[in-house]
Amino acid sequence: MSALQDLVTDVAAVPATPTKSLRLGMLASLAVLLLLLGAPLLLKSFVIFQITMVLIYAIAILGLNILTGGSGQVSLGHSAFYAIGAYSSAILIEHYDVHYGLTLPVAGVVCFAFGFLFGLPALRLSGVYLALATFALAIAMPQLLKLSVFERWTGGVQGLVVTKPDAPFGLPISQDVWLYGVTLAIALAVYLTAVNLLTSRSGRAMMAIRDNEIAACAMGVDVALYKTLAFGISAGITGVAGGLGAIAVQFVAPDSYTIQLAIALFVGMVVGGVGWLPGSLVGAGFIVFVPNLAEGISKGLSGAVFGVILILVIFLAPHGARQIATRVQHWMHRLRSK
Amino acid sequence: MSALLSVKDLRAYYGPVQALHGLDFALQQGSLTALLGANGAGKTTTLRAICAMVRATGAISFDGTPLAGRATENIVRLGIAHVPQGRGTFATMSVAENLQLGAISRGDNKIGADIERMYGHFPVLKERHRQQAGTLSGGEQQMLAVARALMLRPRLLLLDEPSFGLAPLVVRELFGILGKINRDDNVTILVVEQNAELALALADQAYVIETGRIVMAGPAAEIAANQDVRKSYLGY
Amino acid sequence: MELLGNQILAGVATGAIYACMALAVVMIFQAIDQLNFAQGEMAMLSTFVGWQLMQWGVPYWGAFALTLLLSFAGGVAIERLLFKPLADAPILTHVAGFIALLAILNSVAGQTWDFTIKQFPTPFGWSPFLGSKLISTHQAGMIGVTLVLLALLYGFFQFTRIGLAMRAAASMPESARLVGINTSWMVALGWGMASAIGAIAGMLIAPVVFLEPNMMGGVLIYGFAAAVLGGLSSPLGAVVGGFLVGVFENLAGTYIPGVGNELKLPIALALIVTVLVLRPHGLFGRAVVKRV
Repeated sequence: MSALQDLVTDVAAVPATPTKSLRLGMLASLAVLLLLLGAPLLLKSFVIFQITMVLIYAIAILGLNILTGGSGQVSLGHSAFYAIGAYSSAILIEHYDVHYGLTLPVAGVVCFAFGFLFGLPALRLSGVYLALATFALAIAMPQLLKLSVFERWTGGVQGLVVTKPDAPFGLPISQDVWLYGVTLAIALAVYLTAVNLLTSRSGRAMMAIRDNEIAACAMGVDVALYKTLAFGISAGITGVAGGLGAIAVQFVAPDSYTIQLAIALFVGMVVGGVGWLPGSLVGAGFIVFVPNLAEGISKGLSGAVFGVILILVIFLAPHGARQIATRVQHWMHRLRSK
Repeated sequence: MSALLSVKDLRAYYGPVQALHGLDFALQQGSLTALLGANGAGKTTTLRAICAMVRATGAISFDGTPLAGRATENIVRLGIAHVPQGRGTFATMSVAENLQLGAISRGDNKIGADIERMYGHFPVLKERHRQQAGTLSGGEQQMLAVARALMLRPRLLLLDEPSFGLAPLVVRELFGILGKINRDDNVTILVVEQNAELALALADQAYVIETGRIVMAGPAAEIAANQDVRKSYLGY
Repeated sequence: MELLGNQILAGVATGAIYACMALAVVMIFQAIDQLNFAQGEMAMLSTFVGWQLMQWGVPYWGAFALTLLLSFAGGVAIERLLFKPLADAPILTHVAGFIALLAILNSVAGQTWDFTIKQFPTPFGWSPFLGSKLISTHQAGMIGVTLVLLALLYGFFQFTRIGLAMRAAASMPESARLVGINTSWMVALGWGMASAIGAIAGMLIAPVVFLEPNMMGGVLIYGFAAAVLGGLSSPLGAVVGGFLVGVFENLAGTYIPGVGNELKLPIALALIVTVLVLRPHGLFGRAVVKRV
């Protein structure tokens, strides 16, 4: 019982940022943005691809963050929404010749609908029960995608190959760099929208639910509506990431979207700091690069190396990257006041 | 008489906020002491600091043993029973199980007899011994909480607002039993109360604290007789 | 009608696997209020330890007992080294810790014993049980062990002082400390017991699914499902949940058209989610009134 409530109250609050630290945050964000903008000039195309994947996972984790950090609901099943988004884009591009740019909003809307619908029964569940229900969704998704009924569209076990788009207007840049640019622009747009959402009236309503559902209800917040909305929005954002992922990888198949992906997204959220949106980028970097790093250290024991690194990270910063950011902010503040 | 519990320069903190600013007091063996003061004065914090349930500095010693560095459960095992605010009964367990838990750190074989003794003090608990503690009324839960604390066979009993939320008749009954336990079983009692009139009638010593400092100490009867103190600190 | 009876019997036999695992899940949930995602890998590692002991020539029951002891110690050690330092961390961080532990154990087992499947002996044999082809003596033995384990756990929690103390520590930690219970060690004890129960489950399951580092993945999901279906706070519920999941899975596979092996798991999970939506605290769980 206490766990069920702790899960909700334990999620660190999205703080009302004091104006002083806002400037520091702004500066840091600008620096990161400049680095990301400059990246294509300096890096090889495989690294560009990897950073594209980081951005895509960052969007997906951001979606998860809105659900867990925003409304206090836990999901171990976001790979399912990522998969639905990926398949939506892939099917539209390959079977119906839709422009890839148009498939992304469609993927978002489709996933919003799925998320909203899943959020309805999820209203009755909380804590570990919700975790298990979403976990079940993640387990079921690859099996559902393999069903022969849908094979005409999904390609069954074989999956679908997706063509990578060329840069438009004859721009002299490679496909990888172009896609990187598109992804960066979308990531930025999603991030700004999410920040605005959380600081809006609806965002405050969601956070009130996260902190104390009964009190929120007593204040007149429509708990059911906002909880399902949070599920929908979260799934929608993750779906957009899925669509982008399908285009970047040029391939969708049921076994790309197993429970492992759901767990990776969850780990990314925790490493970044639950409820702290910029942390999504850090978490995404973690789940893209750390497994590679682990593989490099020891092929046979890569899983163990990954586990040890993850444990070290949560030992040093149990609240994720957000904790480090807060500490740096404190130091800077102290330095300046000296 | 020697001091059973002595507290020197006790300071306690909730995060960066200091709640106690250097308390000094002593409880004599066998005494019944009341700790009085307004809301937020630091009464509950004092009790919690004795049991290491809040970050605190200062020297507390119990029967000559310093308590510094000991975990809550080890302090309890020395013979300090604490009935916390909100009673802290194990709501999903039966009344009988709650009483057994009170004696869980004891190694002797007189536990069964002690449970019967508690049923003697609080007959209502005997009637309801199989009932879940969470389903008892507020007064019954308070009795259960006191009985559970006594199952430790404590030498010192700390009570946090035992009268809170109880009907006046129930309070009188409960305080009667507390007085009896203090006299007959030689249990030293420290009781935190907002209901100062009631507590002063029961206690032989009293301390008044305000914003984390002791502002008055002395025999309960003297404090009760002092008009000015009553008006300015105790509000009756 | 005979088909139905047979399928139910076969389901009960599989259900025993889930019931056994679910008991371990409930045990740890009692101690720490969380689902331990590394539980399956812990059980797998224990089973490998048992296998290794037998390879070294220790007889079955000796290896069995030794494995239980080692698993208990291992469970306690994991709690002391890994999760006690994280006691103040948010719950979601603990879940990440379970995932890290899972990755480590799986990888270490694979490196030490490789990924080829190994035979694991059964003490009960494989002959038909009471002449039924659907249920073997091993499966019957497994059901028996599960029920004995359940009875032992019930007795432990209801009638021993340490069981009472564990329940108290789990339900109200602060009050438990105020009656002198060392709650931190109660948690470690819970880990040890869960680890030992997991070892029993692993050693009973291994003869059926064969021994390899990924053997428990699927079983743990069913174990979770069974435990949650039963209500997480009740060992009896976990066992009943395990049998129900086994039976349902079998019946769905037989009677619902188009449900092959592939869809058995999603269907079983869908059922559980449905039950949860109707009864959010499981079949045997106690609903706790929420207060502001």
